[in-house]
Amino acid sequence: MKVAITSTGNSPDSKLDSRFGRCSHFVIYDTETKSIEFVPNSNRDNIEGAGPASVQTVASKGVEKVVSGEFGAKVKSIFDSLQIQLIVLKDTDKTISQIISMLNH
Amino acid sequence: MPRPKRRRRMNNPPHFKGYRPIGLTDEHQPILLNYEEYEAIRLSDYELLGHVQASSFMNVSRPTYTRIYESARRKIAQAFVLGKTIVFEGGKVYFDSEWYMCNCCNCFFNHPQKEQELDECPLCGSERVEQIKDK
Repeated sequence: MKVAITSTGNSPDSKLDSRFGRCSHFVIYDTETKSIEFVPNSNRDNIEGAGPASVQTVASKGVEKVVSGEFGAKVKSIFDSLQIQLIVLKDTDKTISQIISMLNH
Repeated sequence: MPRPKRRRRMNNPPHFKGYRPIGLTDEHQPILLNYEEYEAIRLSDYELLGHVQASSFMNVSRPTYTRIYESARRKIAQAFVLGKTIVFEGGKVYFDSEWYMCNCCNCFFNHPQKEQELDECPLCGSERVEQIKDK
């Protein structure tokens, strides 16, 4: 199963980005193969609609869960109809590698 | 004065507005199917629940559920026979709060597959999860 995590940078030591639509990178982590892929977010400087455009980006990767600090109002209903689970983590000091080790529990 | 209606609990609203017959353009008198009636059809004929189970899901009594279901079926039959448009509208409903909190890693998460039982936090795997109740 694939999980998307919003990241402030492109290394496993970067921290979780608190925003979904305008985060710097998406980390696509595959829980079965343990592979990590960093995808730069091309929608971060959009004037409008960064959230829905980012949903398309992560949905095209086939993820089933998304971890971020916050989700906007437009985004939630789209994820609902795609049956993708949202996880909101208020503790934005966590690094990507910490979150991945939590996902492996 | 009659007793006020209980609010019916429901899952997600339908993600489209209604139905239209092929070949007819008359939309002056659409059949208004309430959200609660839509939910009754969904529970009984799609999820195949019995009336007792479905009524407890919607938080109404079994006779009330049967009345809602009956009215839904009659409205749909009317639309089919007369070739009328069906519009989903109104109804005294509330949507189930689907947000949960994990007491272990302090994260919040939702649960799109509502038919499946939720038993652990999707992030840390802890079983100390709690549903966030409507205020």
